[in-house]
Amino acid sequence: MLLQSSLKNCLQLSCILRTPKAGFRSTTSGGLIIQSVSNDVYQNLAVEDWIHDHMNLENRQVLFIWRNSPAVVIGRHQNPWQECNLRLMRQKNIKLARRRSGGGTVYHDLGNINLTFFTTRKKYERMENLKLVVKALKALRPQLDVHVSDRYDILLDRHYKISGTAAKLGRATAYHHCTLLCNADKLVLSSVLKSPYRGLKSNATPSVPASVKNLFEEDPTLTCEMLLDAIAEEYATQHQIDHHITLINPADEIVLPGINNKTKELQTWEWVYGKTPKFSISTCFNMVYKDCVLDVKVDMDVKHGRIEACNVDLPEQWLPPALCRELAKSLTGSKFCPHETTTLATTLLRVCPQDDELHSKWNLLCENMIMLM
Amino acid sequence: MAAVTALRSSCRAAGRLVCIHRVRSCSSIRFIKSKYVCVFDKSALKFSHQQRLFRTSAASCGQIVQFKLSDIGEGITEVTVKEWYIKEGDSVSQFDSICEVQSDKASVTITSRYDGIIRKLHYNLDEIAYVGKPLVDIEIDASKGVAPEEDVVETPPMSHEEHTHQEIKGHKTLATPAVRRLAMENNIKLSEVVGTGKDNRILKEDILNYLAKQTGAILPPSPKAEIIPPLPKSETLPAAPKDKAHKIPVPVSRPIVFSGKDKTEPITGFHKAMVKTMSAALKIPHLGYCDEIDLTQLVQLREELKPLAQTRGVKLSFMPFFIKAASLGLLQYPILNSSLDESCQNVTYKASHNIGVAMDTEQGLIVPNVKNVQVCSVFEIASELNRLQSLGSAGQLGTNDLTGGTFTLSNIGTIGGTYAKPVILPPEVAIGALGKIQVLPRFNGKGEVFKAQIMNVSWSADHRIIDGATMARFSNLWKSYLENPASMLLDLK
Repeated sequence: MLLQSSLKNCLQLSCILRTPKAGFRSTTSGGLIIQSVSNDVYQNLAVEDWIHDHMNLENRQVLFIWRNSPAVVIGRHQNPWQECNLRLMRQKNIKLARRRSGGGTVYHDLGNINLTFFTTRKKYERMENLKLVVKALKALRPQLDVHVSDRYDILLDRHYKISGTAAKLGRATAYHHCTLLCNADKLVLSSVLKSPYRGLKSNATPSVPASVKNLFEEDPTLTCEMLLDAIAEEYATQHQIDHHITLINPADEIVLPGINNKTKELQTWEWVYGKTPKFSISTCFNMVYKDCVLDVKVDMDVKHGRIEACNVDLPEQWLPPALCRELAKSLTGSKFCPHETTTLATTLLRVCPQDDELHSKWNLLCENMIMLM
Repeated sequence: MAAVTALRSSCRAAGRLVCIHRVRSCSSIRFIKSKYVCVFDKSALKFSHQQRLFRTSAASCGQIVQFKLSDIGEGITEVTVKEWYIKEGDSVSQFDSICEVQSDKASVTITSRYDGIIRKLHYNLDEIAYVGKPLVDIEIDASKGVAPEEDVVETPPMSHEEHTHQEIKGHKTLATPAVRRLAMENNIKLSEVVGTGKDNRILKEDILNYLAKQTGAILPPSPKAEIIPPLPKSETLPAAPKDKAHKIPVPVSRPIVFSGKDKTEPITGFHKAMVKTMSAALKIPHLGYCDEIDLTQLVQLREELKPLAQTRGVKLSFMPFFIKAASLGLLQYPILNSSLDESCQNVTYKASHNIGVAMDTEQGLIVPNVKNVQVCSVFEIASELNRLQSLGSAGQLGTNDLTGGTFTLSNIGTIGGTYAKPVILPPEVAIGALGKIQVLPRFNGKGEVFKAQIMNVSWSADHRIIDGATMARFSNLWKSYLENPASMLLDLK
């Protein structure tokens, strides 16, 4: 039964999405509420792109509701090394995505709801959207002390941030999306959003850290489903449409032609890391080798996620200088990425004199370098 | 000045020169180096935005137009320029992205209003740009004239289907920017193409038909032309395939037009290191030796052991057997597990059998190794392989896993192939490439034909210290262990 109704929804949606004039004849003429069936952050971001690029929003506005499995999402012009703990994320298998809108870094998991408000560029109005959300929350739980700050955050009890906002404006369309913390894992959130990388100098948009709280903590009877239902209800009322949420499958090429290409693009290294604005690293660390403590100083310039210039200062003669030069030369032009650096460094070792001491020193240096990435 | 007179005469009815200026728009055109005078008038005097207002004189240099930063909304007056998509000298089409600006959590893509060449960028990266002030200077092609000025926001998305006019030899040619680009790429003069659309406008299939007549071939629509503009229903697209079906090309021996370009990329990072290793490997004189192995018994054994390994949480492939057998062989022929120094003066016999397994990843070839196979059981090797494989596919292999290898096996058979010519990875002196397992007919001891599971192995060894006989004997020993797995039990340590 569920399958039939969702299929029907998809077909209806397909008609609405592909023949915009049909929108006038369909029931949802003033607005459309859609919800993603996927928890993949890249697929959901791709849906946003698709709607932004392909839908005619002249006479219709769209609300898109989505949730993701654990992921960190950085803003368009941000530096992931500055914003989050990439090492920890790799260990915990938490994905990193870069969205096309501006703003700061957020942590998503299934306890967080994402809402995207699509309008024409003329009708782009963030305050209205956030007020809608607050109205919905208050209708659901009148005792909640929630309000919109002048930074377009939604604050609980005047103090805790429960929602952050970002927006994207194109030629004719615009979207404003925001998060809503219902029951996210705050421990993981705070640990992944703390960058361990030191000595970074960059003009990338910095995030503004804030104390967060889950709505669930304020009222344990609240669930994500209740919240998104309440928001959909309020949206439907304000746009004078049916309170009907159409399910959308972000992998469906028929309803969303070209969506899989968009998803793939969002996953490429060139987009996620390569779009990082130019930055430099100037740092030093200690290495312990056979009861000796060594000071190492590293300077690197990274552009488009690749190392443009690299300089490693080691104690005199600890490693053959020719080998150090070789390392710096090989790193130049390669991705600022631990995997690439590891394969590079270990491959270089093949053409060195086969000396166990040299090998262990080399491995030690490389492991420390990789910690910077 | 002739141009100005022409203008004045055409607007005599109006009494003065006006250009379209919708009140809402904050963008405007200011002409520098213009050939005519323009007076802005916010009055109600309006011309249909489809009409040409200016006649240009036949001058060679285009007019420079200052494209100003339009209103972002929400009362925002300044933004930061975050990324330029174009640089000075690039040519742009209408609706191409020019730059990305950011203002208070909103990222805005600024698209070009004109076709032309970028002459000046008014801001550097990370500088503050002001709404209403010039963002870039665009030189517009003199023959094309100025596109009608409109508030971008009010234009419904279908508007780019509105036709930008071209005046060539006094004949108005209607064509969309995408069609004009297609014509430009193929060096076609629009005036020579017959338009079959409304008002004689030139559609994409008109260009394609024109080209087909020229080259005698049916050309596929250029993918670039389909992408710009990025909207779902360009009415010309569905029409194109239908039209093509009716046209039968007349074969004419003309060169096919191909607009692809060579692409040069620097070799960086991982590939650079690979170049280095392989160049060093070139210095090693390679001895090749190949053979075929009957794995019928091993296949059966593995089938029996697979579920047992599964209960212990390990996926059992053929590799652990190949690796263990190799190690047993190396115990008898330690020279294959050695290393020759730079000057070829000394051979070092390595005590540990750190057998490398070539892995194909997204980045390319990586060779992690299983350490100390000589003291590992087949099960332990299998579980270590599982660990290396999952780390390898996640791109998380450590330096320790990737260094210290003494001998390598490459299972190219998982992708395909039978015999190969593997290249030795320095500082090792031998490598084996395993082809795919095929079911082939073979004769048994009684002269009967039976179904055999055959795999080919191709060895390469450093001929400076290893001779053919040694390689052959090692291979035979390895082969005997695998063809009769029970014999491995006798020599297992």
